[in-house]
Amino acid sequence: MTLPIVEDASRPAREVAHERLDDVVIRFAGDSGDGMQLAGSQFTNTSALLGNDLATFPDFPAEIRAPQGTLAGVSAFQVRIADFDIHTPGDAPDVLVAMNPAALKVNLRDLKAGGALIVNLDEFDERNLKKAGFAANPLEDGSLDGFQLFKVELTTLTRRALDGSGLDAKAQDRSKNLFALGMAYWLFSRPLEKTVAWLEKKFAARPEIADANVRVLRAGFNYCDITELFHTRYEVEPAKLPAGVYRNITGNTALALGFIAASRKCGLPLFQGAYPITPASDLLHELAMYKSFGVTTFQAEDEIAAVCSAIGASFGGALAITSSSGPGIALKAEGMNLAVMVELPLVVVDVQRGGPSTGLPTKTEQADLLQVMFGRNSESPIPVLAASSPADCFARAVEACRIAVRHMTPVVLLSDGYIANGSEPWRLPEIAELPDFAPEFRTRAEGFLPYERDPVTLARPWAIPGTPGLEHRIGGIEKADGTGNISYDPVNHERMVRLRAEKVARVADEIPDIVVHGEPEGKLLVLGWGSTEGAITGATNVARREGLKVSRAHLHHLNPFPKNLGDVLARFETVLLPEMNLGQLALLLRARYLKNIVSYTKVEGKPFYRFEVLAKIREVAGAAGN
Amino acid sequence: MAETIASTLTRKDFQTDQEVRWCPGCGDYAILAAVQGVFPELGIPRERFVVVSGIGCSSRFPYYMNTYGFHSIHGRAPAVATGLKITRPDLEVWIATGDGDALSIGGNHLIHTLRRNVGVKILMFNNRIYGLTKGQYSPTSEVGKKTKSTPFGSIDYPFNALSVAIGAGATFVARSIDVYQKHLKETLRAAASHRGTAFVEIYQNCNIFNDKAFAPMTEKETKEEAVVELVHGQPLVFGKAKDKGIRLAGTELEILRFDDPGGGYSAADCLVWDETRVNPAIAFMIAQMGPPHFPTPIGVLRRVDLPTFEAGVVSQIEREKERKGEGSLEQLLRSGDVWTVHADGSVS
Repeated sequence: MTLPIVEDASRPAREVAHERLDDVVIRFAGDSGDGMQLAGSQFTNTSALLGNDLATFPDFPAEIRAPQGTLAGVSAFQVRIADFDIHTPGDAPDVLVAMNPAALKVNLRDLKAGGALIVNLDEFDERNLKKAGFAANPLEDGSLDGFQLFKVELTTLTRRALDGSGLDAKAQDRSKNLFALGMAYWLFSRPLEKTVAWLEKKFAARPEIADANVRVLRAGFNYCDITELFHTRYEVEPAKLPAGVYRNITGNTALALGFIAASRKCGLPLFQGAYPITPASDLLHELAMYKSFGVTTFQAEDEIAAVCSAIGASFGGALAITSSSGPGIALKAEGMNLAVMVELPLVVVDVQRGGPSTGLPTKTEQADLLQVMFGRNSESPIPVLAASSPADCFARAVEACRIAVRHMTPVVLLSDGYIANGSEPWRLPEIAELPDFAPEFRTRAEGFLPYERDPVTLARPWAIPGTPGLEHRIGGIEKADGTGNISYDPVNHERMVRLRAEKVARVADEIPDIVVHGEPEGKLLVLGWGSTEGAITGATNVARREGLKVSRAHLHHLNPFPKNLGDVLARFETVLLPEMNLGQLALLLRARYLKNIVSYTKVEGKPFYRFEVLAKIREVAGAAGN
Repeated sequence: MAETIASTLTRKDFQTDQEVRWCPGCGDYAILAAVQGVFPELGIPRERFVVVSGIGCSSRFPYYMNTYGFHSIHGRAPAVATGLKITRPDLEVWIATGDGDALSIGGNHLIHTLRRNVGVKILMFNNRIYGLTKGQYSPTSEVGKKTKSTPFGSIDYPFNALSVAIGAGATFVARSIDVYQKHLKETLRAAASHRGTAFVEIYQNCNIFNDKAFAPMTEKETKEEAVVELVHGQPLVFGKAKDKGIRLAGTELEILRFDDPGGGYSAADCLVWDETRVNPAIAFMIAQMGPPHFPTPIGVLRRVDLPTFEAGVVSQIEREKERKGEGSLEQLLRSGDVWTVHADGSVS
């Protein structure tokens, strides 16, 4: 790795130890205006290109700019880099960068014992300490003795680096995140080029800003090189990932790309109806950029119009999706039920967040499962899928579209705030390996019945307006079997209710079995769904290394369940199910399979830590005589 | 505008085999007859028509039209129609809705569809009552309306549908009356030829729950005094003897009586109707006219030509395809920073 030339070339190189780490977790924390998300994502992108495996966890407040220096305004970005295959952004940071007292206060409890703590000394004045609720200055009262504390005058040094730049103090201070980033690059032996190039591109129209940022980035790097602050630099080698082309990707971006891929694979133009809502808005932002792919994005007047416009587009023959988070899904319920009744393809994305009501808009949760299963009037079966990681969002988006089109049904795709904003390296799929699922629109007029059914899937024909001879009416009123005419006949109604249920049940004929990792039967199975997969995988791997007999399996299809799920559950004495809710999937499994489930729940608005799941595995395994 | 064909279609082609289930004597029959009379004249193949509706008596309309139809959910017809029209601009999308459906539960969708100028036609049947739910007052019911839900009279002020539409920036706003077959059909033809959103309020008698709500405008003896027909390029004159007119005096409208001794007024003194005025102020004032002081206006209040929403959507997509070329999925997936992990574990 080439390092940039230190400005003072005459200075003799000082003794610096080099240490290799296999796994390190860094958290950048500061005020929400301090650019922590930027620093974190730049560190991530640079590390990705070095071939590390990585996982990120951005954690920011709902307020755009909470009052400066307050606890409410703290924004953080955690990134874990490793030279092996990792599954989570890590439990406790090894390094915490705290740009002010509030960031220290909020994040210190997570820092690993003995971990490195880099603070911006300039911000630790009486006023900021008071705002953060410190009675005494923690930098001086010995409360940080258990950590390696590095006090850096980040603001002063940033201003000094920009001396003579012509920028005012306020503009200068905006670059201090790059000073911190430069320090992190030095400490973990990362090159600056990637970020330099990014800054030059981003501020191409304002070269003086680009120049200032680059100067500060280098200054941070050089500061570590010159001063005796750190005596060790760390290196993390590339991970041994399967061969292929990779990019770093967040869940929301992966969803967007997945929907475009699905549109190509079924040959239908993509239509998205959406209303802005955290943490789903990025899906709208992403898709809005891809008009050259024939994508229509429609920012509707509300969530209801978003789903209804998608249903209208689907009636016309588009691949239609609508996306939201829990509160928006509540508003879409009536529209989703209309899609159930008119049996048109529709994908409803729910990027879950903490609730109920407005809840915790920027925090994660998995508590919408029962809402999407049952939160509509009457018998309203809808297939439900859940993505398990940022990269998995791509495949799930394609899968959701395939089921919707093939089975003529609305489909719910669950993601959550954790994987929507978190990122990981994604091995690009071969386009040719993705399924083709071009629908056959009905064109033949002879014998056409709007509600005749495919003998295999029970799907009804998709007859789009503009097709001569197939003029027909659909709507929310109960349909007569076959003709689709209005029918209030009691026997017909029961038949239709059962047909709709059976149609969705038959989706199970075409989804993969659930896979058990580890022994296929035994004492303990850890079952998960959605974004808990990383923590569960990490925890079961450690438990097995410890000699515990524990297997794991992960559900991507929540309705209908994979056909072998009942057998899998029956083969284990104990099934442990971690969920970020109060046991919603456990409830469904107990009801469906009469199997007791050890429900392990967490609703802090944060994902499970690996150590939490591991501790629970040890506890349950111990009780089971494992 | 999409291609048209020489019309060989007749009214019969637009009738379905479904039994029409409105109450005998309902004004909806007359509206259905007018629409089934106008559609065949438009020179558009039947399969290109889609009638979308919400919930309510009026919203059963699609079942009786032998076109593509979508009976959606309460108030949401404009949203369903918008999604359909912007992905399929080749279709003729008509919405059948009522005063409750459009102005109460679906008010939000209505105003946003109007402001976007989506190329759909909205026929709002206004009977000033909730019919399907059996007789509650509606957002267009007059103050003091005694209904099942307002036994002591309604308290809230009604919407004026035309004012709402004009206020929302609608590019085509008109009113007609169910029993005015000729006028209604003319109005429908005008709506059909408008490329943006066409909003047509149709006064419709509910003979069960709100009979004779528009009686002064429909009874032979009174109608010519109670109604003023807006005719583009013509002065606003009304009355059995065409002896009254409407003039804009400063910022107020006033009625001129031609037989007023000492007045000496004639049609030449009246406001000459121009439905194409871009400034909506006068159309708004006209929309506000009605009893007891003014006759009720019917006809086209506003007709201005603006590009449609769907045309904008399509042109953005076309422009981006032209600028970037038809998107390549391979390239898209590889956009941003990528790296390759080789079989030997090296990274580049």
